[in-house]
Amino acid sequence: MTGAPVLDIREVTKVYGSGDTAVHALRGVSLTVEHGDYVAVMGASGSGKSTLMNIIGCLDVPSSGDYLLDGLHVGGLDERRLAILRNRRIGFVFQSFNLIPRMSARANVELPLAYGGVRAAERRRRAAAALREVGLADRARHEPNELSGGQQQRVAIARALVTAPTLLLADEPTGALDSASTADVLAVFDRLARAGRTIVVITHEDEVAAHAERVVRLVDGRVA
Amino acid sequence: MSPLEVLRFALRGLAADRLRSGLTVLGVLIGVAAVILLVAFGNGSSEQVKKSIQRLGADSLTVSPGGDGGGGVRAQARDLTVKDAEALAKSPSIRSASPVVSGQSAAAAYAGTSGTIDRFIGTTPDYFAAASKTVAAGTAFAAGDGNVVVIGSTVASDLFAGTDPLGKKITVGGIRFTVIGVLKASGATSGGFSDPDSVAVAPLAAVQAGITGYGALDQIVVQARGTGAVDAAQAEAGQILLQRHGTADFTVATQAGVQSAVSESSRTFTVLLGAVAAISLLVGGIGITNIMLVTVAERTREIGIRKAVGAPPGAILGQFAAEATVLSLIGGLLGVAAGVAGSLFTIAGVKPVLVPSSIALALGVSVAIGLFFGGYPAARAARLRPIEALRHE
Repeated sequence: MTGAPVLDIREVTKVYGSGDTAVHALRGVSLTVEHGDYVAVMGASGSGKSTLMNIIGCLDVPSSGDYLLDGLHVGGLDERRLAILRNRRIGFVFQSFNLIPRMSARANVELPLAYGGVRAAERRRRAAAALREVGLADRARHEPNELSGGQQQRVAIARALVTAPTLLLADEPTGALDSASTADVLAVFDRLARAGRTIVVITHEDEVAAHAERVVRLVDGRVA
Repeated sequence: MSPLEVLRFALRGLAADRLRSGLTVLGVLIGVAAVILLVAFGNGSSEQVKKSIQRLGADSLTVSPGGDGGGGVRAQARDLTVKDAEALAKSPSIRSASPVVSGQSAAAAYAGTSGTIDRFIGTTPDYFAAASKTVAAGTAFAAGDGNVVVIGSTVASDLFAGTDPLGKKITVGGIRFTVIGVLKASGATSGGFSDPDSVAVAPLAAVQAGITGYGALDQIVVQARGTGAVDAAQAEAGQILLQRHGTADFTVATQAGVQSAVSESSRTFTVLLGAVAAISLLVGGIGITNIMLVTVAERTREIGIRKAVGAPPGAILGQFAAEATVLSLIGGLLGVAAGVAGSLFTIAGVKPVLVPSSIALALGVSVAIGLFFGGYPAARAARLRPIEALRHE
């Protein structure tokens, strides 16, 4: 497992629909991400970024080609196994934060642990640690609507980190943030990358891509 | 993911919109309470009828005119007569046979006060023993007495309000009767049927003269020689009357027979009430489905998030099924409390009698309804595809 790359995508295609109306979102994308990499996937809208993100995140399955996550074949897994994979291996950060309303920051961060079957005391400890890591230890009891956009996104990052996933997958993480919050969030990513985390950021902003060690550009469903 | 955890998520989900959860609970509550209360009400009224029949005495039989299923022999039907009663009284298993005529809703007056007596009965002295009527004050009349009357407790309080009725004269149908006795109160609350204490008993001749006229008897009340002789008395009475009349133009009913006929009809009544209540329980269940569908639609994004962070379909299914079941269980428990509390009150003169099995049934059905009606929305939530759920606004 340690020898295998975190992401090993081989000639993956994704086709929506069929016949004349078929949309080829991905036309054979190959991508390898090693442990500790900080990769930015860039592309204009319609380039297939979101489709790639869904496939990497095990939210969708490719039409053809192979996808190995941590050396494990993802194709052909059922919904239940995909859920377990998402829970243990992947931490998501979304553009629109996607925190559950009316649940405190800590409860939101604990959520993946709850589905992972971690005991309550352990969950609390790890959630507190994750919130400390993003600098929000003092906001644990606040609900999402009591937090600023930047703070919400940092809670979302804490939630993504809390299971110690092999891959942190961020989809336009700064798309809904002002410049100060953007800087906050990017600083958190930088720190995580230095700590050896594997991060894939999907973005169309050069400013965000500039923080990454490697930039992959998607054009019309292919790596340019 | 432990079941306890799923339950915790469910409770948190319900607490998020308390008003909506409360109203849904109310729907089930009303359904369950209605089932329990209406069944108790039906049961209570049937118990009451049974008790009032039992009051007549277990060893008595009634002979009434009209055969059962005799078809077109009505024209030849002969009236019950005093002579029939006398013939019955000679039979070995029969202790006494009292001819009975009765006037309904007779107007009675005493010194400016007037009232209505539901049943004014004309009969012989044996009637008191046969119909288990006990005289509380004064005496019953004896054979050959003239215009004397024994009144029920309701009549006494209506007409005499506090003063001693004994020896006073009341006017009924233009005839003056001297009150010589007051019957013991039967103790029954006045139910949906006539008040058993709004009664007056006078000698047959006096009643026929003033109130009912000299027509046929309304019935003959027969007392058997002990409760063991009831069946023999019934057979003998049937034989004697068949001999005298030629056809079976009469019915001899024992209290047991009357009781089973009445309990049959009151069971139908109870089932009918229960069915009406069951419909309201069903409506409550549909309310749960409705609200759960709305909840799932509203929380599609939340479901997407949960799935993205690794909730397996089973956990989502469990959460929403648990939400529905908790709603119906709370509604069921509160409904039981409301039904039991409501049954402490007398409704329309009927004291409801709880049926334990109806409580268990209503509660069980409400939980089953939660699972059944909540199952569909929950399954829909579990089947949602995470990317679509996340895209949902």
